[in-house]
Amino acid sequence: MHMADALLSPAVAGTMYACSSIAAGYSVKKIRKEDNDKKIPVMGVMGAFVFAAQMINFTIPGTGSSGHLCGGMLLSAVLGPEAGFITMIGVLLVQGFLFADGGLLALGANIWNMAFYGCFIGGMVIWRHITGKNMSRKRIIVASMAGSIISLQLGAFSVTLETLASGVTKLPFAVFLAAMQPVHLAIGCVEGAVTAAVLVFIYETRPELLWNYKGNGIKENRLSYKQVVIVFAAAAAVTGGLLSLMASSAPDGLEWSIGKVAGTTELEAEGSIYSLAEGIQSFTSLLPDYSLKNGSSSAGTAFSGILGGIAVIAVCAIACYIIKYFRKKALKGQENE
Amino acid sequence: MNKARQAAKDIHISDNAGSGSSAKGGIHPLARLIVTFIYIILVVSFPSYDLAGLAGMFIYLLVNGIWYGISAKPVLKRAWPVFLVAILAGSAGLVTDREVYITYSGITITYGMLGMVTLVLKGMFCITASYILSVTASAAQICHALRLIHVPEEIIMVILLMHRYLIVLIKEVERMQQAYKLRAPGRKGIQFKNWGSFAGLLLLRSMDRAEEVYESMKLRGFHGSLKYPLLKSGKRASILYVFLWGIFLFIFRFFPVFQIAGSLL
Repeated sequence: MHMADALLSPAVAGTMYACSSIAAGYSVKKIRKEDNDKKIPVMGVMGAFVFAAQMINFTIPGTGSSGHLCGGMLLSAVLGPEAGFITMIGVLLVQGFLFADGGLLALGANIWNMAFYGCFIGGMVIWRHITGKNMSRKRIIVASMAGSIISLQLGAFSVTLETLASGVTKLPFAVFLAAMQPVHLAIGCVEGAVTAAVLVFIYETRPELLWNYKGNGIKENRLSYKQVVIVFAAAAAVTGGLLSLMASSAPDGLEWSIGKVAGTTELEAEGSIYSLAEGIQSFTSLLPDYSLKNGSSSAGTAFSGILGGIAVIAVCAIACYIIKYFRKKALKGQENE
Repeated sequence: MNKARQAAKDIHISDNAGSGSSAKGGIHPLARLIVTFIYIILVVSFPSYDLAGLAGMFIYLLVNGIWYGISAKPVLKRAWPVFLVAILAGSAGLVTDREVYITYSGITITYGMLGMVTLVLKGMFCITASYILSVTASAAQICHALRLIHVPEEIIMVILLMHRYLIVLIKEVERMQQAYKLRAPGRKGIQFKNWGSFAGLLLLRSMDRAEEVYESMKLRGFHGSLKYPLLKSGKRASILYVFLWGIFLFIFRFFPVFQIAGSLL
């Protein structure tokens, strides 16, 4: 949609320069206010990306033709509308000055038609409002398609108005409009689809790169160490105290197999070593067979479940601290060497 | 030659041509920018049927084309889309403007035809002037000129960084396209199911590169503005360049030079 110089009169070109300068001034002011010196290098590389990506031909299924992504919309979705707008100006300046693509006099009009609508209408209005606080795959597709189509339609409409206001064509307004809008509707659909595909890919791989991504209400570092311990302790208490009451009294797989072979689930062992082990076990077991000594079986099961959970957590924690202690010691030893 | 390779070649041409410090490169980039702008404004300001007056503006292109050794082929390649758009915009005049301008040996030329040819020539002249500027001034020179006319520093830095990483990313695109072609022989372009992952991966690589660029810039003392070596250019020669071309172009725009010359003969 790059306009050529010959399609504009100096007066219209000057007016468009003035309009684009106001938008550029506002954007520069906003970026300066952010005071983030990291943003400029990112904008430069992203501008180069848009330039390079526009050289990729994406085949449109069933047509044999191809399209490319919508730069303004994509830049706004990643950098924000103001930074995206400045980057698009950079892209158009490079195209105009280094590649003679798009007129120098028409630069103001091209900035307005391609960058302003793409970044401020497509990015600031459509993308921000559709993706909102709860960004999702579906919302990204809708926002990209709507943003690309609407910004391209507005751009094509502006081209028609600017050309007619310049008086370079004798085409009637309705005929010119009828020639411009449907073509750009088709282009907008393709650009929207490519942009949506790229943004969905980013959303699924590295969503934090998107401009207004707020983590879908889920904070980064969702649970602290303390919270993790509390959650697991609660889960252990619920499982041990409540769910253990619903545990089946039927024998487990091994017991069932032994029962089938030997006729009993408990095998009798003879010998001094077995008697010694049995003695130690009866002395250390506070809750034999998961129940209280001389108590109700259900309360004993619940109590033993909770106590067992606490014991396992304690053992794990102690084991972790021991490992940590030895690791620290080993590292210190390495440092000293 | 594919688009990516052509773009990389154009950047090399621009950088090499603009780096000269000879008499050709000795004109200040701002002077060249001003003259190019004056030229384009004057060309588009010609009335719709003033073909004779517009023809005089070709002299500027001819002189610069010979001086900088620019061949017509790349200019015509760039002017092709402009040519088509100008024909489309001017075609309405063929139907609506049928008043006869001149009849010569039985061939009738209407005002509509004249208007269309004038529009096409305007488009071709403007694109050629832009092309001459693009191949004779490097990105650093153009940014220097833009800085002098108070274009915000942020925009200039974006252009400089873009220019610096354009080659790298264009080559990356070329590599990716080549790899894709090898895996999908006989297919034209990138297939629908691969759109997202193909361009998305390039974007992720670009973002990672931006991070590295920022860190290395910080290590080299970046505090918000880029510095580049000042360009050598003759101040007097540059002023004279603007002054002489300015007078020449204004004379050809506002006086029927060819008619005056013809009447004298």
